[in-house]
Amino acid sequence: MKPAPFAYFAPRTLPEALSLIAEHGDAGKLIAGGQSLAPTMNFRLAQPAALVDLNRVPELAFLENDGRGGLRIGAMTRHRTLERSVLAAQRAPLLHAAMPYIAHVQIRNRGTIGGSLAHADPAAELPAVMVALGARFKLVSVRGERWVAAADFYQGLFTTALEPDEILTEVAVPAAAPRSGWAFHEIARRHGDYAIVGVAATVQLDAAGALDDVKLVYLSVGEGPTEAQQAAASLHGQAPTPARIAEAARLAAHADIEPLADIHATAGYRRHLIEVLGQRALSEACARAGAAA
Amino acid sequence: MATRYFGQPIKRNEDPRLLTGQATFTDDVHLPGMLHVAFVRSQVAHGRIRSIDTTAAQAMPGVVAVYTAADLGAYWQPGPLLVPPPPIQDLVFNPRTQVPLARDKVRHVGEPIVAVVATSRYIAEDAAEQVFVDLEMLPAVVDLEQALTPAAPLIHEDLAQNLNAHVIQRKGDYAQARAQAAVIVKRRFLYDRGTAAAMENRGVVADWDARNQQMTIWDTTQAPVFIRNGLAAMLGLSEKQVRVIAPFIGGGFGPKIMMFYPEEVVLPWISMRLGRPVKWIEDRLENFYATTQERGQIHWAEMALTQDGRVLGVHDTFLHDAGAYAPYGLTVALNSQCTLLGQYDVPHYYTEFKSVFTNKPIVTPYRGAGRQHGVFVMERLLDIAARELSIDRVEIRKRNLISPDKFPYSNDIIYQDFKPLVYDSGNYLPALEKACALIDYEKFVQEEQPRLRAEGKAVGLGLVTYVEGTGIGPYEGAKVTVEASGRVSVATGIGTQGQGHFTSFAQIVADQLGVTPDKVRLVTGDTTEFYWGAGTFASRGAVVAGNAINAAALAVRKKVLKKASDELEVDEDDLELVDGTVRVKGSPQTAIKLGELAQRANPMRGAVKPGTEPGLEATDYFGPERGATASGVHAMIVEVDRATMMVEIKRYVVVHDCGSVINPMILEGQIHGGVAQGIGNAFYEQLVFDENGQLLNASFMDYLLPTTDTVPRIETDHVETPSPLNPLGIKGAGEAGAIPVGPLFAQAIEDALNNEIEILEIPLSPSRLYELVSAAEKAP
Repeated sequence: MKPAPFAYFAPRTLPEALSLIAEHGDAGKLIAGGQSLAPTMNFRLAQPAALVDLNRVPELAFLENDGRGGLRIGAMTRHRTLERSVLAAQRAPLLHAAMPYIAHVQIRNRGTIGGSLAHADPAAELPAVMVALGARFKLVSVRGERWVAAADFYQGLFTTALEPDEILTEVAVPAAAPRSGWAFHEIARRHGDYAIVGVAATVQLDAAGALDDVKLVYLSVGEGPTEAQQAAASLHGQAPTPARIAEAARLAAHADIEPLADIHATAGYRRHLIEVLGQRALSEACARAGAAA
Repeated sequence: MATRYFGQPIKRNEDPRLLTGQATFTDDVHLPGMLHVAFVRSQVAHGRIRSIDTTAAQAMPGVVAVYTAADLGAYWQPGPLLVPPPPIQDLVFNPRTQVPLARDKVRHVGEPIVAVVATSRYIAEDAAEQVFVDLEMLPAVVDLEQALTPAAPLIHEDLAQNLNAHVIQRKGDYAQARAQAAVIVKRRFLYDRGTAAAMENRGVVADWDARNQQMTIWDTTQAPVFIRNGLAAMLGLSEKQVRVIAPFIGGGFGPKIMMFYPEEVVLPWISMRLGRPVKWIEDRLENFYATTQERGQIHWAEMALTQDGRVLGVHDTFLHDAGAYAPYGLTVALNSQCTLLGQYDVPHYYTEFKSVFTNKPIVTPYRGAGRQHGVFVMERLLDIAARELSIDRVEIRKRNLISPDKFPYSNDIIYQDFKPLVYDSGNYLPALEKACALIDYEKFVQEEQPRLRAEGKAVGLGLVTYVEGTGIGPYEGAKVTVEASGRVSVATGIGTQGQGHFTSFAQIVADQLGVTPDKVRLVTGDTTEFYWGAGTFASRGAVVAGNAINAAALAVRKKVLKKASDELEVDEDDLELVDGTVRVKGSPQTAIKLGELAQRANPMRGAVKPGTEPGLEATDYFGPERGATASGVHAMIVEVDRATMMVEIKRYVVVHDCGSVINPMILEGQIHGGVAQGIGNAFYEQLVFDENGQLLNASFMDYLLPTTDTVPRIETDHVETPSPLNPLGIKGAGEAGAIPVGPLFAQAIEDALNNEIEILEIPLSPSRLYELVSAAEKAP
């Protein structure tokens, strides 16, 4: 379990990193916290010819108020920083609540938000959370920069909108709307394991107490963060009654998502959990939004 | 009277070194000029080797040599059969053992084919990728039941079928039990594979010193003496030319007693060939394939009972998965067979097994060593019978316990030590009652469970019993020496893998010689320090080596008393050994220090009496007549989240009887570790092979070990029924924690789910429970 030979670069600035990754293209690989890439390299499943290490680029690690009630998060911000941040807890409580589900403290000390989002593991918590929050990602290359919505960023199994020469440098999390609520639920075999099923929910109530925006985004049930769109649509304009929430969760499990089996869960068990967790998450999110019980 | 250390929970002598990272493990051995070895391993479970091309690998910079089976010449030999079959009538036995490097065929994924030697492990692995093995893939034998069908491909083509062994044993006449029975319960039980997953993987460093004609081998083995003897014979060396050191080892659990692993055979040969030290450290991925595994049995069992729940007989037929080779003989399957009846007085027993070869890694004993399977079958049958007869689960057990006046108790069949299975001693009811009291059985059943159920909580209780044959022969030995410093050194042949030997053995010696345990320095697992021995396995270290050390220390004590009697001119009976001195009882100022006495026993000048042995030293041995039978009861309360089928352990109780206890703290540690492994085996760990014999979860990401948040606080208590078979009254404790956890989970979960499902398999998982409940709901 030793990696194949590779060239190693440790740039000190973003422009330096951008030109290195532009130079190495498909043969190069960015390394952030290394919590997924290093094991993959040790298994020799990944054999990049060159590693460009972002750990010495200080301008990529920040966590700040965006001036509009939301958050700007630098890609090299460690999970643990977000987990312990009062600002993150206030501005993005869903993100904050999901942090402890990400593996273990040792991994969160090292792992980064940008690394997790760009790696696009379908079992990862952060991609689903970002889609539920309507976050946007800043992608930068020597050719320029662009912003991509989280929902558009994920394009399939370990596949994203990133071009080989681009670096995800920043995440913008918008401010939460008034009368909005959120919830995060996950079932894993042991605490810190990849989820068998996880779900992030955000809801928003209108003045009459009806739901006017619902996002129900699952992880570990497909090729990436998976939105239960029919479930969400079924609640639009509706008062969040237990019966409607139960029906939405049923739609998520039986209409929106076609889960697969793996060694930890049969497709049937996974489908069952999609319904159970969907119901739990929607109920909790609606309660947080201040919906009448 | 001096302080008695035996029985005291004193802190471990070895911990400061271990906790500060100062202890030597095999991978800590760094020698000048040392080379590193990586193995090219089979990627397929079953295949015929057509050709091997090593030219590209050999040409790489940093590569020193690349070896295949052909290079080994006459050194290439299948490994020895470690345990011959016991004397059982009409036994069929087809031993086939592993080879150093695969030559014609590969029989499981991970079997080594080529050894690459390079200046670093990195280069060795780079070069291993450049070795091209041309293989003809053959269909793999994975399923146990299909392995013996006529259509099954043959793993060992010189055999008529994939049969490793067929054994039938009988106690009484089951047909009689069946004829008398009021009720018969009959089920099929499945117990799947797991791996020991020791914290430290295996490793070997071999160093041939050509000038001194001396071979030194550091090896993560549980049996250094046998490794030395075997390797000396293979290498054409005298045993005195080979020193095997089993240094600190990060967990053994059984797989490290297997021998000879291919790497153990190949590394010393390479070192002699190249005249340089070589190292191989197994990585975790290799460990999933190349280290032996355990479990994998299917039982068809029935139990015949009277209307009032007395077990008249048990009939059990099972298949045992031996894996691709079977170097360890029948030990695991025999343990299943011989542990099944447990604490119960069963007059009639028919037991038959077939051990089958499959294209999976080799199976050898791993903590519990097959006992789990027997206990699972028996305890499940009792639960099922109790339900059918409407008898309380504790009550049905009480009605069948062997009563204390029946010991020694014979089960008539032959055990793994080739002797009739006789329980030396036991007193089962007090432990059962203690466990019931600790878990508050009556209150839980009468009050707690109904109350919690009314609140919508699915809570359940499990309570199971087991026995464990421990402390088998053949023997161990020890040398105890009082040094001129007053310190005592002890050497024994067994290895140590975390059992606390440096402390528990020191306690035994301390009591005999009147010193504190920290003055006793123990050396284990170095064949230069002690020549003879068998090893640390089968819960035998404390029983067999412990008693050998006691015997040697007692012999030294006699020498001390005699010498002191001469020196002080006092009768031996008037002397006592206290605080590192020998002194006159009632007159402590007349004393001589142990070290001073040792010096006088080894004078530089002057004459000694003819026939005098120098020093205060003795070597002695202990071999038990047969094993000592430990026993215990585990009880647990669980809560199941019916929506997700996640299971939470609310309480866990162990009441254990391993005879006299040397160090209760170390014993608790053994039990805690065993329970943790048992929980893993019951609910988290499972090696999942696909139909091609590929292991689908060869990493700790997908092979789920129990962690601190899945293992509960464990409440322990003890009953002490000393073994009459050894002077210290000890029984082994190493495996007890792991043995009964499977049936415990099954019973507790069934109870939590209101007996809506019947659990006949291990391991379980939330997904599996969901499927069982779904199937039960759909059933008419």
